[in-house]
Amino acid sequence: MSVALDLRLKRANKVYHEGEVLAGVVVITSKEAVQHQGISLTMEGLVNLQLSSKSVGVFEAFYNSVKPIQLISSNIEVAKPGKVPGGKTEIPFEFPLQAKGNKMLYETYHGVFVNIQYTLRCDMRRPLLAKDLSKTCEFMLHCQPQKSKVQPTPVDFTITPETLQNVKERTSLPKFVIRGHLDATNCVITQPLTGELVVESSEVAIKSIELQLVRVETCGCAEGYARDATEIQNIQIAEGDVCHGLPIPIYMVFPRLFTCPTLETTNFKVEFEVNVVIVLHDDHLITENFPLKLCRV
Amino acid sequence: MGSVYSPNSCPNFPTRFHSIALYSVFFRHARVRKYGAELQRCRLDAVPVDLGDYHPLKPITVTDSRSRRGGRKGSTSSSSSSSSSVAPDPLSSMLEGTDPLSLFAAASASETPTLSHSKNEEEVGADFEPWSAKRGEILARFTTTEKLSINLFMGSDKTSSPSSAVSEKVRTRLEELDDLEEGSQRELLNLSQQDYVNRIEELNQSLKEAWSSDQKVKALKIVIQCSKLLSDTSVIQFYPSKFVLITDILDTFGRLVYERIWSMCSDPRPIPDSFSVEDVNDTAKETCLNWFFKIASIRELIPRLYVEAAILKCNRFLNKTGIQETLPRLTAMIRGIGDPLVAVYARAYLCRVGMEVAPHLKDSLNKNFFDLLASFRQIHGDTVQNQLVIQRVEIPVYLTLYSPAIHWILQCVAYRAPDVLLTEMMERCKKLGNNALLLNSVMWAFRPEFVAARATDFIGMIKDCDEAGFPKHLLFGSLGRSLACADPPESERLPILNEAWKVITKVRSPQDYINCAEIWVEFTCRHFTKREVNTVLADIIKHMTPDRAFEDAYPQLQSVMKKILTYFHNFSVLFSMEKFLPFLDMFQKDSVRVEVCKSIMEVFIKHQQEPTRDPVILNALLHVCKTMHDSVNALTVEDEKRSLALLINGFIRMVSFGRDFEQQLSFCVEARATFCNLEPVIIQLIHTVNQLAMETRRVMGGSHSRKTAAFVRACAAYSFITIPSLTSIFSRLHLYLLSGQVALANQCLSQADAFLKAAVSVLPEVPRTISVEGKQRSSEAFLLDFINSFLSTLLVVPDHPEQGVLYLVRGLLNMVQDYTWEDNSDAKVRVYISALPLLAAMSQESYLYTIPKVDSNETLYGGDPKFVAEISRLCETLIGQVLDHLKTLGREEGVRRQGSLAFSLFSTLLAHGDLRNNKLNQLAVNLWNLSHKNGHCDTRTSVSLSPTYTFSYKLLNDFHP
Repeated sequence: MSVALDLRLKRANKVYHEGEVLAGVVVITSKEAVQHQGISLTMEGLVNLQLSSKSVGVFEAFYNSVKPIQLISSNIEVAKPGKVPGGKTEIPFEFPLQAKGNKMLYETYHGVFVNIQYTLRCDMRRPLLAKDLSKTCEFMLHCQPQKSKVQPTPVDFTITPETLQNVKERTSLPKFVIRGHLDATNCVITQPLTGELVVESSEVAIKSIELQLVRVETCGCAEGYARDATEIQNIQIAEGDVCHGLPIPIYMVFPRLFTCPTLETTNFKVEFEVNVVIVLHDDHLITENFPLKLCRV
Repeated sequence: MGSVYSPNSCPNFPTRFHSIALYSVFFRHARVRKYGAELQRCRLDAVPVDLGDYHPLKPITVTDSRSRRGGRKGSTSSSSSSSSSVAPDPLSSMLEGTDPLSLFAAASASETPTLSHSKNEEEVGADFEPWSAKRGEILARFTTTEKLSINLFMGSDKTSSPSSAVSEKVRTRLEELDDLEEGSQRELLNLSQQDYVNRIEELNQSLKEAWSSDQKVKALKIVIQCSKLLSDTSVIQFYPSKFVLITDILDTFGRLVYERIWSMCSDPRPIPDSFSVEDVNDTAKETCLNWFFKIASIRELIPRLYVEAAILKCNRFLNKTGIQETLPRLTAMIRGIGDPLVAVYARAYLCRVGMEVAPHLKDSLNKNFFDLLASFRQIHGDTVQNQLVIQRVEIPVYLTLYSPAIHWILQCVAYRAPDVLLTEMMERCKKLGNNALLLNSVMWAFRPEFVAARATDFIGMIKDCDEAGFPKHLLFGSLGRSLACADPPESERLPILNEAWKVITKVRSPQDYINCAEIWVEFTCRHFTKREVNTVLADIIKHMTPDRAFEDAYPQLQSVMKKILTYFHNFSVLFSMEKFLPFLDMFQKDSVRVEVCKSIMEVFIKHQQEPTRDPVILNALLHVCKTMHDSVNALTVEDEKRSLALLINGFIRMVSFGRDFEQQLSFCVEARATFCNLEPVIIQLIHTVNQLAMETRRVMGGSHSRKTAAFVRACAAYSFITIPSLTSIFSRLHLYLLSGQVALANQCLSQADAFLKAAVSVLPEVPRTISVEGKQRSSEAFLLDFINSFLSTLLVVPDHPEQGVLYLVRGLLNMVQDYTWEDNSDAKVRVYISALPLLAAMSQESYLYTIPKVDSNETLYGGDPKFVAEISRLCETLIGQVLDHLKTLGREEGVRRQGSLAFSLFSTLLAHGDLRNNKLNQLAVNLWNLSHKNGHCDTRTSVSLSPTYTFSYKLLNDFHP
């Protein structure tokens, strides 16, 4: 097949904001002239919700999958049926990014039960005997920066056997004191999560200390709410029996696509939490949970 | 002169030549020569030489007309790599790789006024020992025989991470980064060290392949896996080498990523090396950012740290301050590594990358060191101790594993650091308990001057160290190394040596002892006299003799010897050291012994300025040379023999007993007995003896007394009986000739006669081919050379009273005639032609040269017509032979040779014959015509050969228009 269809956005990072114009070119490359029955472009923004089988029954999950929410949609015809000459043809296009009605454009987010995705698709319909050509590309939407100033709200924490909940036999626990702080729980999404952690004492050697970034997705539907927490990433900040009394930095970059500013709508919610996980050499696992509020400035 | 004799009137005609002379019809007439007048005429006009003029031997000076490149701006990599005739700036050539970055750093520093460093402070100069120098050393030093394993399976740790149920379907791409392609997960067990190295090299290759085939994610996976191997400390002795191998891969990766992004920016035209963030286009920035995001999501600490450090340089594409911010963060991140060994090597890597990329950022280097101090107690923690017990590694061995990394860190920290900082660092080290390891690195890495100035303090600190930990001899070794390069204050030197040696002498293991002692010998030699060195040698002998411990320590002992030889050039002092020869005796392995002897002789030859007769030196060196000589056996290669002979010759040349010639001769006799297996030495001895004879002659002003005459005869006898022992025929011939000349000069006529006769009698033995530099060559040219020089000597040799006229000349010619020349060779005839000038010279009234106090034939015969006639007959015979040969050539395919031979006979006749004689004149004309008959002789060149020829040519034309 000698025809190639491609979409090229003007911005290299493919990041746009509401109210801006999505601009780019459709590129058709072919050796000979191409006969077609019309080229069209479709831009669409969708929120896909899915119920986990954990929260509801398997069958319910299957039947009651929530309908996708359309945030934006538009369609234009780039070229009427006809011929595209051989060689490389570039057709420029522009889409205004305006939400439908009173909806707003949420930020791009790839999760497990919630997916917010913006795509641009180009279709070239072709006469009989030739396959229709199609090319899809995703672009990112970042929501408007938050107006109000972010209060960092740092937290200090101390973990000892006594502070733990959810313990069956408190007596069997080894003794340890771990102190630390997070510089902010109201985090700017483009800035890393920072803080410090000091192992002041520990009877049993430490095997590993990790930061677990967790998303908490809540989907609402007629039957009720489903709330699920899943891991996004796990970053090890200490390996082995670290030096006691020496502060270890807490540092984690929020991954793109998989995080977005904390989102709360009528139908669904996306929130984030971080767990400080300490694994002891005898495989005791100690977790301290911190809810985060992400925002964009 | 010029009278004609009939052949019959010659009474003493040699029988052999008689038969040949039958058909000779020409009379040979020698031209009368006035040598003095000719000399005057031929002398060149003296031309005053202008010193400023061009002289071919004057060294060529190239003046550099290029303007100096200002601060190496622009594309340095291309301009400085081109090899120009100008001596390259050592700094710029050293900085080939790092320069663009330091330039960038300089640029950013100049833009931000807060960072006002002077430029030279920011660059890494030639005085910074690069990592590449350390690499090989580490690989060679840290080896293991244990079995190693590579675990290429990265995903297995998933179980320990408390991940919630994540279905396969939604596994994100980021998580996929953690494991390589499904199914390729494998663990390689039981690898030998070499296998392991090969595996790592394979990974390096597959990284490059993956990269070039655009599989960037796979490349990243490989790098992550490799760096993960660094968290594994099983087979701990191998860890430093593993570190070296794996960081090589990381370096490759860092370079690949940097180059890729760099090439993305240079789309329309390449961006300069000193680019700024504004020059980078969005696509490149985005790609770069992607790399950083990917790396930031690597789950494990150690791979994340190493990989980010590897691409540290790429921060330049994103923002000005990236490197500045990243370095401290990575430094802090290392605190999370629990294993102290892993952590210290991670620091070393970070320092290394930091020095390459941003040498001006000293703070993070210091921070690294201070963090290292803060976590130093980890080394003695329980976790480490348990591990050592399991792996059965002892603490001292374990501690030495740290050395390369700490050395490196300290080297980076100390590089061009102010003394205040160094003092502070030292103080901090002091405060820590059991700091021998650090102390060792401080001494190793800090400037030797700094260490030397505080040597006494260091000794105190070393003493305070715990016995059980880091071995003390290593500490003293490091101190000694610094003191070998820099001098401590004068007054402290002796106490330092005493203190150090007190400890060194207590080291029990001979290997450890000698390693340490070897270093301190340098300090001792540098500052003290032979007394102290002697003591040190005595101590070494004492330690190394029991159980023949020296057998395992030859390299160190050799190094001791080398150091002593570097500082003691006065051999009488050296050999007066009581323990020097006993020390020499410790080298009992033949090859090493010869090696050491050679190094002694080399130093002697290089530094001995004046000839010596010191019996101590002579005895000792004779012993040394004998050792070298005795090592020669049937298996010794030619080159080795040559180099040994060269050294012994050097020694012989340096022996002089002044006016005590007899002593010198007896030395030569002794030497001949000692060095009989090395021909070049024998030759040298003969030369020495000949020289001795000539020296005697000079001292006596040419006239010998009875005593000296007997002595020079003894010299001649020495040569005469020594020469036959040589195997090389040409050496023999030349030495016979030379010794004959010397004997003649010393008025030993019968000895001279014997030498020359011997030479003539050896002639038939000359083989047709000889081996020259391993190739078989025809000996003809050498033989012709020899005969010519022999002929010129014969002019002054008076005839033996009991033998016939021109006895030696005839003898020589007979030998030439009998000799089996090569087929189709004109050599014999050429000898005949070259004998003609001799005969012409012999027929003169006064000879071209004579030997004082020796009467040549000119005086003996006084121009007796019979003698002259005899010469003429001989000439006739010779010319007849030549003409005969010319005839045979005409018949065969030898016209070219015929022409050239005819021409050379012609020119000989011109130069030496009397052409006023008609027959001779006719002969010359015939020869001229013959030589030009076949057009093989270029008239112009032949004519312009010499003014004499031109003159004669005219003469010829006048006679025969």
